[in-house]
Amino acid sequence: MQNRLTQALDFQTQALTLRAERQRLIASNIANADTPGYQAREMDFANALRQATGRTTPAGALTATHAAHDAAVTSLREEPGLLYARHSQDAVDRNTVDLDRERASFTDNTVKYEATLRFINGSVRSMLEAMKSHTQG
Amino acid sequence: MSMFKIFDVSGSAASAQTQRLNVVASNIANADTVAGPDGQAYKSRQVVFQTLLMGEASSAGVQVSQVTEDQSLGRRVLDPKHPAADEQGYVTYSNVNPIDEMVNMISASRSYQNNVEVMNTAKSLLLKTLQMGQS
Repeated sequence: MQNRLTQALDFQTQALTLRAERQRLIASNIANADTPGYQAREMDFANALRQATGRTTPAGALTATHAAHDAAVTSLREEPGLLYARHSQDAVDRNTVDLDRERASFTDNTVKYEATLRFINGSVRSMLEAMKSHTQG
Repeated sequence: MSMFKIFDVSGSAASAQTQRLNVVASNIANADTVAGPDGQAYKSRQVVFQTLLMGEASSAGVQVSQVTEDQSLGRRVLDPKHPAADEQGYVTYSNVNPIDEMVNMISASRSYQNNVEVMNTAKSLLLKTLQMGQS
């Protein structure tokens, strides 16, 4: 019973963790907007969330879809679930960060992170309300 | 808590951009320098950025790997009365290009602002996360 109460929260928790992860990823891209040779990374959020909430993989784990993987040389260590962003323009210093797109993604992710937080707060509030109503009428 | 890493990442970038701004400042300050302490004309400097891995691939900061000097020849002006003039009467000034430096300055300051904004957003998100489940 206890488990069923918090079951709705599990999904949102995973979503929040992944949102935080994506926020950090975009922050790294913005930080490296002027670094020569830096390859921008991106996260396939829908797929990562599906993997994280599925039974097959442990919570929070990311798994890769290699569809958009670029074979470009990078100094970054390989991490499952992270893709290389497709770049729109070639830069002389081989940097693939598109600052406009990154800023848009950052704002988008900020709003969605807050939305997830509100969903969690809403669930908690309705749960508390449900506990109260019996005794306090 | 993975969001706290954002402050390391953006902080390192802001610090690297500050260093770049510093170099630009010294370049602009020395744009008309005739000779430095070693008797040579001032050479324009540039910072080189490098990705700095912080734990995992999704958090990559920035560091300044080296400061390079532009070895090209500076501007030479015929001015025989100048105390620093050579045998032919030419004075060698620094090889700083003020236009390049101004562009560099604007770029550095914009990147700095971007990183500060990222940190502010991360901070407000973290503060909201702290209030999770309350009210």
